[in-house]
Amino acid sequence: MKTKYLIAIDDFCANHHIDVSFISSLQKTGLIEITTIEESGFIEADQLLLLEKYVRFYYEMDINLEGIETVTYLLQKINSLQHEIGTLNNRLRLYESE
Amino acid sequence: MAFIDYYQILGIDKTATPKVIKDAYRKLARKYHPDLNPNNQDAKANFQQINEANEVLSDPEKRKKYDQYGNDWQHANEFEQQKQQQAQSSRSQSGGFSGGQNAGDFSDFFESMFGGNAGGRSRQAKYRGEDYTTEIHLQLLEAYKTHKQTLTVNGRDIRITIPAGVENGQIIKIAGHGGPGTNGGPNGDLYITFSVANHSSFKRLGDNLFATIDLDIYTAVLGGEITVDTLNGKVKLKVKPETQNGTKVNLKGKGFPVYKNEGRFGDLQITYAIKVPTNLTDKQKALFEELRQTKV
Repeated sequence: MKTKYLIAIDDFCANHHIDVSFISSLQKTGLIEITTIEESGFIEADQLLLLEKYVRFYYEMDINLEGIETVTYLLQKINSLQHEIGTLNNRLRLYESE
Repeated sequence: MAFIDYYQILGIDKTATPKVIKDAYRKLARKYHPDLNPNNQDAKANFQQINEANEVLSDPEKRKKYDQYGNDWQHANEFEQQKQQQAQSSRSQSGGFSGGQNAGDFSDFFESMFGGNAGGRSRQAKYRGEDYTTEIHLQLLEAYKTHKQTLTVNGRDIRITIPAGVENGQIIKIAGHGGPGTNGGPNGDLYITFSVANHSSFKRLGDNLFATIDLDIYTAVLGGEITVDTLNGKVKLKVKPETQNGTKVNLKGKGFPVYKNEGRFGDLQITYAIKVPTNLTDKQKALFEELRQTKV
């Protein structure tokens, strides 16, 4: 069975000087998942990067939750388009002499 | 080292209030922040300038020093040293970006005027280290076999195993090999982008290889056996009689290794290019003429 590394939301918020309600809002919009154990909230370690990014969006760039949702969707789209460009470039090499 | 106009970078007047500075900074950060511009080095460079401008202008002390010395910034430290003998100054906090991959780099101008550590914030939060990115250039044949390679990233040697089948443009993550975290935060990750050059006679698409083989007209018409090169040695192929130009033959399992799937290979697709003979002798021409007469 794979070990899951969990980070207490309270610790995360204390470290980053942010409000716990922000994390709850992210959960409500489906941007992150929270695991509850004995009434305490945790996030999985592999979501940490994502969560820190959302913190920067909200607290440092002043982007609201709706904005974060939109940005996240568009970033996913950019990512998938960049991947597609990579694949197409590789395919193009089939028809180009090097 | 040129003077940097931080006001111009943020697009504000010299009389700008802290709120105007903050708003200008946030507006530009929303445009250029690396979080919003993945894999965009230009945006990253722009953001570093904006971040540096904010670092100076949002901090009253640094802004005062910057405004005071302006173009004479090169002499600022000498003046400051004299001043420091009279009074100790305390560092203030201001809101700037803390985030992973962005805050660290400042210009020589900044370092010279405010010192190497002036960009640091005094918040004691734990931060994950910066993610590093690097590129590895391979030839097609190197990507064909699993092998080890040593990389030097920020002065550290890292030995990695490159699995066979890695693709051009593929990015792999080496967890924990990025920059060190601050205040006990975890290390960042190392992202390696592979650039696989192909100077072979094979074209590659994913796990499949493609090659065009010249076939003489006699073998094409009458059939026969030929030997073709693969990345894994030579193979013999039977050519059917009356093979047409452009005929494709699929050699199963003779393509490229499937990434992280040991023992599995893609296919090699061969296309026959039938070559018409040139410089025929009179006798050969006569024989072809004879053939033409027999044409049904």
